Amino acid sequence: MSPRIGVITFPGTLDDVDAARAVRYADAEAVSLWHADADLKGVDAVIVPGGFSYGDYLRCGAIARFAPVMTSVVEAAAKGMPVLGICNGFQILCEAGLLPGALVRNEKLHFVCRDQWLRVENNATAWSTRYDQGAEVLIPLKSGEGGYMASQETLDRLEGEGRVVFRYVGGNPNGSRNDIAGIASENGRVVGLMPHPEHAIDALTGPSDDGLGVFFSALDALKPLATTA
Amino acid sequence: MARVVVDVMPKPEILDPQGQAVAGALPRLGFQGVTEVRQGKHFELEVDDSVDDETLAKIAEGFLANPVIEDWTVRRVEA
Repeated sequence: MSPRIGVITFPGTLDDVDAARAVRYADAEAVSLWHADADLKGVDAVIVPGGFSYGDYLRCGAIARFAPVMTSVVEAAAKGMPVLGICNGFQILCEAGLLPGALVRNEKLHFVCRDQWLRVENNATAWSTRYDQGAEVLIPLKSGEGGYMASQETLDRLEGEGRVVFRYVGGNPNGSRNDIAGIASENGRVVGLMPHPEHAIDALTGPSDDGLGVFFSALDALKPLATTA
Repeated sequence: MARVVVDVMPKPEILDPQGQAVAGALPRLGFQGVTEVRQGKHFELEVDDSVDDETLAKIAEGFLANPVIEDWTVRRVEA
């Protein structure tokens, strides 16, 4: 049986459809999860997709983190379930405390929408094993509040523990500290990134298919579970 | 009933591009002498007398502000 990967929809989510499509491209089953429903429907992993949940009111992700489904996601993550946050999803995971730091308004205030080169800095997380260490990938970035901020102490810890998963190359698009595009939790099961791998899964509709590796990686992370089930 | 004001400001070490943009616009508008602008949020809450300061602090720290990037203050004011 193929792994079941949940994709959450909040009011204002935009990229749940593309995230579900990326899951299917990776030969997994995409399961729709609803923000107001705490039931994770027995999924093996969860994707918190991009968009503008609750209109970005208060702060990006600040209200979404209190949605019933997020309580379940936080509990499941504590037990090791792989969780991926993309863009607004990354912001939500930071607000929920699953990842350290916060995302703030882009340095130049402009909304950035472009194909962005990233370097894979850690290919040992649940969402990056299909990449070669140091590989450079082309993934769309589209965000107005993508500046990654954290205390110097937190940044030092992330760097020291190898928890920077993706780093911007060819120029920092938004003022993120240390050019950070994506980070992982301590156990490498929770990953958040601002660029959109789900928009780069097919050369027909994206700048590359470099993003597919993120979703195939999750299958590898779930394999031990799948074979014992 | 009481009125409570919660002010939320970006921490000094956090870049505040919005404040910088405002500061940058002032000379263009003919206003000289403003050397720095920081932009934050101002909340006005009408609360029952049963809501104590500890609860207000929880609201400010756990929801209205993100302590990773923002400082907050809570004060009770005359309605």
